[in-house]
Amino acid sequence: MNMPMTIDKAQVTQPSEREVKVVRSFRAPRALVYRAFTEPALVRRWMLGPPGWSMPACDMDVRVGGRYRWSWRNDTDGSEFGFSGAFREVQPPSRIVHTEAYEPGTVGGGYPGQDAIVTTTFTEDAGVTTMETTIDFGSKEARDAAVATGMTSGMEQSYQLLDRLITELSA
Amino acid sequence: MDATSHQLDATFLALADPTRRAILARLARGDASVGELAAPFTMSQPAISKHLKILERAGLISAGQDAQRRPRRIEGKRLAEASAWLEQYRAVWEANFQRLDRLLDELQHPSSTSTRARRTTKRSRARGARQKAR
Repeated sequence: MNMPMTIDKAQVTQPSEREVKVVRSFRAPRALVYRAFTEPALVRRWMLGPPGWSMPACDMDVRVGGRYRWSWRNDTDGSEFGFSGAFREVQPPSRIVHTEAYEPGTVGGGYPGQDAIVTTTFTEDAGVTTMETTIDFGSKEARDAAVATGMTSGMEQSYQLLDRLITELSA
Repeated sequence: MDATSHQLDATFLALADPTRRAILARLARGDASVGELAAPFTMSQPAISKHLKILERAGLISAGQDAQRRPRRIEGKRLAEASAWLEQYRAVWEANFQRLDRLLDELQHPSSTSTRARRTTKRSRARGARQKAR
């Protein structure tokens, strides 16, 4: 009961010049983690993004060909952005593939070309479920534009990050 | 936005090479001349100069004013920009996932987490009512 809830923090890597990958483990059975990713009432309780943002839209028709739309609103300045797309593969409780188009709203930015393809898998071992999600932006240009969008929406440049990167580079 | 994207292209291209990463790691410890930077490598000075040019074009390093040595200096801002996105992205997702940790815990142990306060109040009220009834 006193086990820490968090096992390891999210790992974010760039497996190729087109992709970004996120890996995270949860102390819960796979069927439950799958529900938390696919039932809108559960999704909108956690997928809220940065502090100070809420999720006004979370519509998901989770079946092959079904569509979804997520949107976020900044509670302070009212700015909005979102993602929408369609489900291509739905295999409970192990795998979801969906397309993802960025809706710039009033936040702006975004990436050119086709929608990104997001593949999410869930594997369970001894009561721990590991989620791996890979976002394929289709081209290096699109990924770099997404990178630039992420930067403009945050933009705080921390020199601590530089220290960390240097440590990685010199390791 | 387009300019930012092009800057990032140059930055990622510059960072894609192990020699250039080693040069950056060296410069992170302090400014150095081309000769000093070339010393640990089996490469010629012109070859090192070529790498330095790519790093300079990407805005990752600059050349000092001293006409003789022209010491190279690391420019932290651009490197921080390149790394900031992944870090921000990770931080946003980690915040989401920590909320998900709590939600999953709550779904598995309905009486032991954040719903506890509410439920305990209800239960203790019920208990109180029962005790009164007795």
